Amino acid sequence: MDKTINQKAWFLVLPVFLVVAFSAILPLMTVVNYSMQDTFGNNQFFWNGVGWFKELLDPSTDLGSRFFASLWRNLFFSGVILAIEVPLGIVVALSMPRDGWRVAFCLVVLALPLLIPWNVVGTIWQIFGRPDIGLFGYVLNSAGIDYNYVSNEFDAWFTVILMDVWHWTSLVALLCYAGLKSIPDAYYQAAQIDGASRWAVFTAIQLPKMHRVLLIAVLLRFMDSFMIYTEPFVVTGGGPGNSTTFISIELVKIALGQFDLGKAAALSLVYNLIILIVCWLFYTVMTNAGAERRPVQGGA
Amino acid sequence: MARIDLVDLAHSYGGNGDTDSYALKPVTMTWRQGGAYALLGPSGCGKTTLLNLISGIVTPSHGRILFDGKDITKASTRERNIAQVFQFPVIYDTMTVGQNLAFPLRNRGVPKGEIDKRVAEIARLLDLTPELDRKATRLTADAKQKISLGRGLVRSDVAAVLFDEPLTVIDPELKWQLRSKLKALHRELDLTMIYVTHDQTEALTFADTVVVMHDGRVVQSGTPAELFDKPAHTFVGYFIGSPGMNIIAAEISGREARIGGRTIALSRSYAALPSPATIEIGVRPEFVDIAEPAPDLLSANIERIDDLGRIRFARVRIGDVKFAARVPGGFAPSGATVGLKFQPDHVHVYADSRLVEGA
Repeated sequence: MDKTINQKAWFLVLPVFLVVAFSAILPLMTVVNYSMQDTFGNNQFFWNGVGWFKELLDPSTDLGSRFFASLWRNLFFSGVILAIEVPLGIVVALSMPRDGWRVAFCLVVLALPLLIPWNVVGTIWQIFGRPDIGLFGYVLNSAGIDYNYVSNEFDAWFTVILMDVWHWTSLVALLCYAGLKSIPDAYYQAAQIDGASRWAVFTAIQLPKMHRVLLIAVLLRFMDSFMIYTEPFVVTGGGPGNSTTFISIELVKIALGQFDLGKAAALSLVYNLIILIVCWLFYTVMTNAGAERRPVQGGA
Repeated sequence: MARIDLVDLAHSYGGNGDTDSYALKPVTMTWRQGGAYALLGPSGCGKTTLLNLISGIVTPSHGRILFDGKDITKASTRERNIAQVFQFPVIYDTMTVGQNLAFPLRNRGVPKGEIDKRVAEIARLLDLTPELDRKATRLTADAKQKISLGRGLVRSDVAAVLFDEPLTVIDPELKWQLRSKLKALHRELDLTMIYVTHDQTEALTFADTVVVMHDGRVVQSGTPAELFDKPAHTFVGYFIGSPGMNIIAAEISGREARIGGRTIALSRSYAALPSPATIEIGVRPEFVDIAEPAPDLLSANIERIDDLGRIRFARVRIGDVKFAARVPGGFAPSGATVGLKFQPDHVHVYADSRLVEGA
């Protein structure tokens, strides 16, 4: 087939290119530029090559140790909230009504936490958990449990995780619910005819049919939790000590607190790279799983 | 295996209300153990509802269902021990073909050796043996439906196997094969089978007894020959046969029917017809011949002639009523008007759409 050559088509691409250039590529290049240089203020820059990266990836330095400590915290946090939110979301989705006015009611209630801005969520829990005036903290302390997220590491983690579960389990539940709704009634009827137990229905029908939405849910929740900043910053400010200082909080400390632009730029590039790699991994797994599921045409 | 009795069974999805609005109007009938039945009717006539009532997916709002005399109206699907195959293939994605077939047996705690034997047997009957270890998701729609059929047939102790238009998604060629296979399986396994379809060929080739449904009502149940020769309801006459039965309003007196001033002889006498009622006669196109117009024949205008190969049917009009009649071999109408010759034995009289028996 002959291709029509029309160079004017470039004009259609140009606006998008400009928008992407100004919104993403140019700022990113600035960061790359900073990451290779050092400055002592006065807008004077000195070439540092890959020095910041070497320091960042070497745990024996101050920068490296802070990076790795916060990286493990981030990974641990993401692991914990995924381990809680995914099963919990599935359970919530399974126990939701399938039709009637109760569906609308449940959807609204579930959507509520998702609509609240991050810093408001943080503020809510910051107050909610205070032992003196917060309902949650006060009740726990009156019940004889010594709970204080400001001074106790465990309590701080507990609060941050509980807050994330409260905020985001709905997302997993809604995605799973959508997956469940797409299962035709015939599957349940067939399972009933085949004498399947509730557990067999779950493992043989519901879980396989939710497979795709679950991958999306895991991907979204991993990315979001790995980039978490606002809520722990508002609630614990990264403390007590550095116990809830995640990479993003560390990044802000270095960039704005110490004004170490070079170190911060190197850290943010590596941070970005980690997220990109994980997304790519998920994407590959998802598309491959999809290809495997497509029926083979032809031979019966 | 069981005899199934329906006693005043009716169902309304909206709860109560007028009987006329029921999805299934009250029906009392018996399904013989080991019979091959077809439930035939157009979409929305209640045949799937009736099937789901028998399998227990739907609980009836009225009446009772008995299996071998035991009331199971409120029993769950599992307790009823029924197998059902649905219109679209249902397969368990994560399992292989063999595991799919074994699923109904595994759920009922059948010993492993027994399961393997049954699965192997059913796979052989359905030509699925080479696919047993393949993932079921990777197969075509045809093969998936065969798995669904297999799951329906794998249990040897079921009270009945119900099929809900199972061949809709299958290619015509394979459809033919599978239908014959089902028929063979029915003979081999001695199971009661109930087959829902809107395709008369499917129903008539599969079943010993065809149950015709119309508008939520069972209008006739009988052998294919009975349905053809003596439709109990004008709907049966019209729905079965191609082209369907001719129905035309007539005045009846004794052994004669009058249409537009012409008289048609009847083989039986109809003395007392219900009144007031709409009186019609019904006759299959196969039993009316067209001929040259004559003073004693009902006359009609030819619209077209359909040549079906073995047989030719003339599509004619009597006044406003459409009519079909056979064109005798070698006959070519000379004009647009023809006469109609009826075979008296095959002319039936209907009052308000129901067959009236003559004396």
